[in-house]
Amino acid sequence: MRSIRIAALTGALALVVAGCSSGGGDDDSGDEGAAPSGTGPIEIWLSNNEQELAWGQAVVDAWNAEHPDEQVTAQEIPAGASSEEAITAAITAGTAPCLVYNIATAAVSGWVRQGGLVDLAQFDGGAAYITDRGGDAAEAYQTDGGYYQLPWKSNPVMVMYNKALFEQAGLDPEDPGMATYDDFLAGARQIVDSGTSQSAIWPSPTNEFYQPWFDFYPLYLAETGGTQLVEDGAATFDDENGLAVAEFWATIYSEGLAPQEASTDDAMSTGTTAMQLAGPWAIASYSESVDVGFMPVPTSSGEEDVYTFADSKNVSMFTSCENQATAWEFLQFSTSEERDGQLLELTGQMPLRLDLAATYPDYFSANPAYEVFAGQAERAVDVPSVPNSVEAWQAFRDEYSSAVIFGSIGVDEFLANAATTIDGLVAE
Amino acid sequence: MTSSSIALRTPRRNWWGAQPIGSLFALPYLVFVAVIFAYPLGFAVYIAFHDYFFTAPGVEVPKPFVGFDNFVTALTDPQVLESFRNTAVFLVINVPLTVVLGLVLATALDAGVRWASAYRIAFFVPYLTASVSLVGVWMLLFSSGGLVNAVLGPLAPDPSWLVNPALAMPTIALYVTWKQLGFYILLYLAALQNVPRELHESAETDGANGWQRFLNVTVPGVRATTTLVLILAIITGANLFTEPYLLTNGGGPDGASVTPVLLIYQRGIQQQNPDVAAAIGMILVIVVGLLSLIANRVNRET
Repeated sequence: MRSIRIAALTGALALVVAGCSSGGGDDDSGDEGAAPSGTGPIEIWLSNNEQELAWGQAVVDAWNAEHPDEQVTAQEIPAGASSEEAITAAITAGTAPCLVYNIATAAVSGWVRQGGLVDLAQFDGGAAYITDRGGDAAEAYQTDGGYYQLPWKSNPVMVMYNKALFEQAGLDPEDPGMATYDDFLAGARQIVDSGTSQSAIWPSPTNEFYQPWFDFYPLYLAETGGTQLVEDGAATFDDENGLAVAEFWATIYSEGLAPQEASTDDAMSTGTTAMQLAGPWAIASYSESVDVGFMPVPTSSGEEDVYTFADSKNVSMFTSCENQATAWEFLQFSTSEERDGQLLELTGQMPLRLDLAATYPDYFSANPAYEVFAGQAERAVDVPSVPNSVEAWQAFRDEYSSAVIFGSIGVDEFLANAATTIDGLVAE
Repeated sequence: MTSSSIALRTPRRNWWGAQPIGSLFALPYLVFVAVIFAYPLGFAVYIAFHDYFFTAPGVEVPKPFVGFDNFVTALTDPQVLESFRNTAVFLVINVPLTVVLGLVLATALDAGVRWASAYRIAFFVPYLTASVSLVGVWMLLFSSGGLVNAVLGPLAPDPSWLVNPALAMPTIALYVTWKQLGFYILLYLAALQNVPRELHESAETDGANGWQRFLNVTVPGVRATTTLVLILAIITGANLFTEPYLLTNGGGPDGASVTPVLLIYQRGIQQQNPDVAAAIGMILVIVVGLLSLIANRVNRET
């Protein structure tokens, strides 16, 4: 009797397990059953940025009016700790949409490994469309030799500052003259010593893997003329350039010019910091609360046309998409010159296309605050597309926190440790 | 009464059990246990012993058996070892505080202090309130410019509580103790109802004072509940995630509040290494099991 009960329970468990295991497998519409020629309705995900949603809905409406048999449905990326985690889960479950307009480059190598992304170069003229739109710089977005993302828009990181606080501290708000590390530190000390603001600059000192993109990395790109963190399969930063940037930030923290703890509110709005690193999105965000100015990130020698972090968000197509031909057509439609202009108009974010300022001269003459970003967009570099990218950035952040923010190990040790770890990770 | 008459009275048992309808009612729970606990646990064990990563449906990639490789990777990772050390710091502060405060406050409430209902509510509200909102309050209290440092003045620690490597984990331990205390007080209050009043009266007649009655009557009387509280507190502490994730922004400062579950999240979800994450999870399960066993033994023998 007992053995019958055990057998029944085992059978029930096996049924449950089998049911769970087969979920999503039968109706799989991955590469195998989804030829690029498939046409019909598609679904897309957009970020939850209000202006971007408005742009997306306008594009979808325009497309749907002309394509009754290939209707597009747009929605926000489902809630999650981050977009990347929601997308990873959707790929695994086979519920990813056809296109996502919010792809961070760092996550792409992992998703390619998962078999979740479509190489856009497999479409007729796919690679040419991407390189024609973005120029040679587009090649930097390749993974394993394929275009698994279309470089779409960037938010070049610059130093945003509160003009009123600068004036109070005795700095010229129209030309602060803080292009070199020495001048920047002198200005920062002036702000804090004068009591104008609790902190001069307030990068988030927290431990998330993406935080280096808003403190170390922009300055490293500027210092090196656009060298990525990893090039030719090896970490680049364990040299005099990396040391200069790390020592700059270590000085900021050790002198109390930036806090070691995260802000509990928007420090820029409340005036508890005079500077932040930010992209063009900040212009609209602070238009009603703070009179902000922008300057390039500093370098040791104060170069004029510096590079910075692009903070791009791109578009990827997912293998779970049944109607990939429609998705490809819609992708081209939504990234045309006209739609990119609309994106610029509605969001202030820079489309990743050639000669931006000359393509949309009317916009930039009407919105001079954004013109500086158009120039900077031509010298913006993204994260390297390498294996174990997120893990590599996390390793970098852990070492950076120890050395630069908390001073528990030496800066030299941080650079050497992080480079060794990252070399191992990208070689796997 | 003969053995045959007993046999006649005993309901006939079949493989569904004595009450088939009862088994039917239990079936949804069995399915729930199978789906939510048994399958994920078994799957996690499988993942921990294979070179595994999540793929899109239909994408076939080899996931070879790798023996203990993932465990070796986990146990040679300094961050993993640090996370277990941090958890030990947490448990050393949280578990004794939980047991002592839970029992003492429950005894006080049971003794009929004035405003007992108000106190019960005050202790229980933090337990019911979402961690996210309470964490916000604690961040404001314990930030460098927060109320606690304002009261302490020159005695305030530098760096402040949540960014001080020596104080971050103790602060989290205090927060969790405070947040969970209401639940443990309720457990003890229920247990105190079962301690016979006659024992207290006898002890009082024999000349025992309040402290002696507490030690010799109350503490032994609620021993079973103390074991339960110890095990629950250990399990809660070992599963720590939300508090360090929110209070110290992902395990800071300098890794001083990183916990095994936080690393499982990082490795498994963010970095797409579920095999190593599962190995950390297995190690955690074993450690928690051993600690619970020790707690049970020690409490039974004292």
